[in-house]
Amino acid sequence: MTGLLETERLTRRYGSLVALDEVSLSVAAGARHAVIGPNGAGKSTLFALVTGSLRPTAGRIRFDGQDVTGRPDHARARAGMAKTFQHSSLFTSLPVLDNVALATRRAAGLGMAMVRPAGRHAAVREAAMRQLELVGLAGRAAVPAAALSHGERRQLEVAIALATSPKLLLLDEPTAGMSAADSARFAELVESLGAAVTVLIIEHDLDVVFRLATRVTVLHLGRVLADGTPDEVRADETVQRAYLGDAALDDLFFGGTR
Amino acid sequence: MSTATEAPAAAARPATARAAGAVLVLLALVPLLVSSNVADMLTRVLAFALLAIGLDLLAGVAGLPSLGQAAPFGVGAYAAALLGKHVTTVGPVQLVAAAAAGAALAAAVGWLLVRSRGTYFLMLTLAVGEIVHELADRWEGVTGGTNGLAGVPAITLYPGGPPVRLAGVLYWYVLAAVLVCAGLLWMVSRSAFGQTLRGIRDNEERMRSLGYRTFPPKYAVFCIAGAAAGAAGSLWVAQSRFVSPADLGFEVSAMALLAVVIGGRGSLWGAALGAAVVVLVREELSPQLGGRGPLVLGLVFVAAVYLLPRGFAGMRIHRPRGEA
Repeated sequence: MTGLLETERLTRRYGSLVALDEVSLSVAAGARHAVIGPNGAGKSTLFALVTGSLRPTAGRIRFDGQDVTGRPDHARARAGMAKTFQHSSLFTSLPVLDNVALATRRAAGLGMAMVRPAGRHAAVREAAMRQLELVGLAGRAAVPAAALSHGERRQLEVAIALATSPKLLLLDEPTAGMSAADSARFAELVESLGAAVTVLIIEHDLDVVFRLATRVTVLHLGRVLADGTPDEVRADETVQRAYLGDAALDDLFFGGTR
Repeated sequence: MSTATEAPAAAARPATARAAGAVLVLLALVPLLVSSNVADMLTRVLAFALLAIGLDLLAGVAGLPSLGQAAPFGVGAYAAALLGKHVTTVGPVQLVAAAAAGAALAAAVGWLLVRSRGTYFLMLTLAVGEIVHELADRWEGVTGGTNGLAGVPAITLYPGGPPVRLAGVLYWYVLAAVLVCAGLLWMVSRSAFGQTLRGIRDNEERMRSLGYRTFPPKYAVFCIAGAAAGAAGSLWVAQSRFVSPADLGFEVSAMALLAVVIGGRGSLWGAALGAAVVVLVREELSPQLGGRGPLVLGLVFVAAVYLLPRGFAGMRIHRPRGEA
């Protein structure tokens, strides 16, 4: 079976340092696929290679049946990839609704329309408003994006990404810096997307990962250490050893802060 | 303000429209109220305002601060002067040709320039401005060298029409031309394309991740600003009936950018106001101060940066924004 997104022996070197070493990954359509791993495992490099902000040293990336290895980031976005940034990346001088409208307007192919006032494209506005309702920001539509709280910014990030109607949503550590309550609400939001949107999520918070993911890939030192269902990965002994050193796996997955 | 803030802004619209209408009536009445010298000066203010408005679209809305807008301005001025001397005295024809010349220059250099950002863009536009200035200085066969082109005939409003020699009539022509051009720039600013430019200004990388190719809109706005500068150059020559390399020197570029900064970037009308301040200080105050106008402009700049971080456009009393 071929997935919506496939990487084939994807490699990225920085001089003699191998950040990502022949990683082959398949993300099935409709899946919520999580990539986890300790710091320096190559998660962010993988993310950057898939979204097109970095070029691989070797290997191929296939998306939706096409080889996108050499395609720039905007072309990948138009093909149906949407991403959120690790640090909220918004249009801070624009109101919240206008932030989302930039995405819906591009999807409608109106980015270069010079005659009608932007606000008169009713379909663009309505589509943007629907996304805000979906993430629970409808009440903040007219507020400048700069005035949002951290949690709200993350919600807006997702609204902007979803507003392009992507096939694949790439989330780069979406719950970083979120309160537990915000994280839970965020997980709910991702769950509510259902199978219509395939999700690839890079995440530190293992609570979120094991709640959301239908499949988990563990990276370690740039290589795939394990790949399987959440239960398989949890039970995997090599993961235990590499990921945790001597500590018991349960301490990380089920102990401590819970 | 347009787009998402439209609902709350709708309440403010009648007041804004009334204010704009009053300003327009006042502008139209000027020739009936002042001497021809003052009308001439205000004509130059209007032409310079168009240059500043175009630059505001580029620098304020799209986030591409150019320090070389004198180049398309000068190219437009020379184009209009040459047309006037050798081909046609019809003002609107000169205007369109000058706009096309300004846009053509922008199209030629912009292909490379808009791929740079921030300070690099500023420096590259400065370099282009200097090159075009040098060219005007040296290419004597066409530009008349340092002497410039004198004796440009007065414009006519239509083919075979009488030459416009009255300062007041010329003022009306320039006012009408500036209003039309500024109206077009205003339309572009509040269009979907304008929003694309603001998105690029705020966060170009994010725009790319949304599927926008960011080069075409940046290139387009650079050409539009070039056309506006060229048109402004033609209007400038229509009044001065003389053009020399000084008209496309660094000082003109710097004053245009200064007008945008003190006017408040991104609003367009603020830049027009800034242009008025800059021209008035330079032309009226400077002779009285024994040529120390640039010093005053420097002080105005410092004052604007400290006292009005958003320029004149940010000075209005802010209504509390309704939250939808």
